[in-house]
Amino acid sequence: MDIFDIIGPVMIGPSSSHTAGAVRIGAVARKILGGKITRAEVFFAGSFAETFRGHGTDKAILGGLLGMQSDDERIRDSFRHAEEAGIEFVFTTISLPRAHPNTVKIHLAGENGGECAVQGASVGGGNILITDVNGMETAFSGKADTLIIPHRDMPGVIASVSSLMADYGVNIGNFRLNRPHKGFQAVMTVELDGGIPDEALRLLTRLKYVDSVVYLPVNRNGDARC
Amino acid sequence: MLSYSSLAELVVAATEAKSSIARVALRDQAEQIGLGQEQVYARMRDNLLVMREAAIRGLTGELHSPSGLSGGDGLKMERRAQHAPLSGVFCAKAIARALAIAEYNAAMGRIVAAPTAGSCGILPAALLTMIEETGASEESAVMALFTAGAVGLVIANVACISGAEGGCQAECGSAAAMTAAALVEMAEGAPQAAADAAAVALKNQMGLVCDPVAGLVETPCIKRNAGGVMCAIAAADMALAGIKSVIPADEVIEAMRAVGAAMPQSLRETARGGLAATPTGIALKQKIFG
Repeated sequence: MDIFDIIGPVMIGPSSSHTAGAVRIGAVARKILGGKITRAEVFFAGSFAETFRGHGTDKAILGGLLGMQSDDERIRDSFRHAEEAGIEFVFTTISLPRAHPNTVKIHLAGENGGECAVQGASVGGGNILITDVNGMETAFSGKADTLIIPHRDMPGVIASVSSLMADYGVNIGNFRLNRPHKGFQAVMTVELDGGIPDEALRLLTRLKYVDSVVYLPVNRNGDARC
Repeated sequence: MLSYSSLAELVVAATEAKSSIARVALRDQAEQIGLGQEQVYARMRDNLLVMREAAIRGLTGELHSPSGLSGGDGLKMERRAQHAPLSGVFCAKAIARALAIAEYNAAMGRIVAAPTAGSCGILPAALLTMIEETGASEESAVMALFTAGAVGLVIANVACISGAEGGCQAECGSAAAMTAAALVEMAEGAPQAAADAAAVALKNQMGLVCDPVAGLVETPCIKRNAGGVMCAIAAADMALAGIKSVIPADEVIEAMRAVGAAMPQSLRETARGGLAATPTGIALKQKIFG
């Protein structure tokens, strides 16, 4: 913690959990879809479900989906900006009894028929935890450069991914594998100590049994508090 | 390097260097962050500029919060400041700025957490009023942000600065303590006087609970920013008059932590007690969220 954690961060009010954290979850969903968003369905759970309107959490999620940073003054008018960008959006509530109180689930549809579903929680101080991507359980904070790699659960896939990263001098800070059933769809969540070269990213997508690669570089904003 | 584990450490370091808490903290933070002093100063100056912009935008009174609960009171107070206010022009203007910035936060404006978003009006209100009303330099206000930041770091390290952990005393109370110390150094008071001011401000906010109506950062948070800046100004003036805190600042901070830990959950940001649980508080929640 340094002095700019006390005098700072610069942020959009009213609170880091309801604004900054929500913007970041929206931004992650935007990156996971990739390409232009045409429709967003946002489901608020727990405490978010009760208070999202009063806190402007709905505007913050949309701001993130539009690619705004958490200190962007346009967040207040994000409904209008989303309409201008041709994004259809709907907010509703959902019951997720075991989830963190500040949880939101986002379903996105994109231009070329692409779709994605992201669930995450605003865990305090503007920090987030993404817990589900496209129905697959995960856990990452977005504080490190993160790779999400859906793949087929086959011998050697993890080794091929990690050796390719080693070839490019990319260090793995954290690794997580989720696999609902042996031999079927699985997902690697890999947090990196630094960025990854474009060429390595391209080669990753070509690896055998790798379905796709989503790369989420860190947000330039530091953490925040309520 | 400084540990920011006590105000006594800061006072000793500043006194031995025949300097101020602000200058000692600037030098130390540059070292700890690994940047030049000019860069760290420039970053803090950027924060002051965001604070000034928030005050200007807030004082227009044009913005209201998404809930409709707040907006426009800073402007009302600014008008009152022109007509021989009971609290004096300086205090009335500080109150107006504290309200305006806190209202701007509630209206999804761009603010600097100091130390939190809920308490973001207190510190800038005092510093901006010093510039406007006493002709203090912008540089002295930037340096005062280092004083405030150093005091806030100690409180965060020893106690806490979030309402969920320690109640409003940890948010608005910490902001008032930081502001009191900052005002003393801005008025060229000694490091020990800054610590005394912080102690007195925190003592006068001790026990304050966090009880936001409908869970929103509006009622009573916005007016508590006004209360916080008044408390800070009074504490700073007392310290500048040579009045000491009977209980040393570090013991006050520890007491604040203990009081926060003893507070029931219902009075720590859960919106289940205090003003949130009044008939009007409950009715407002119903009206806003259905």
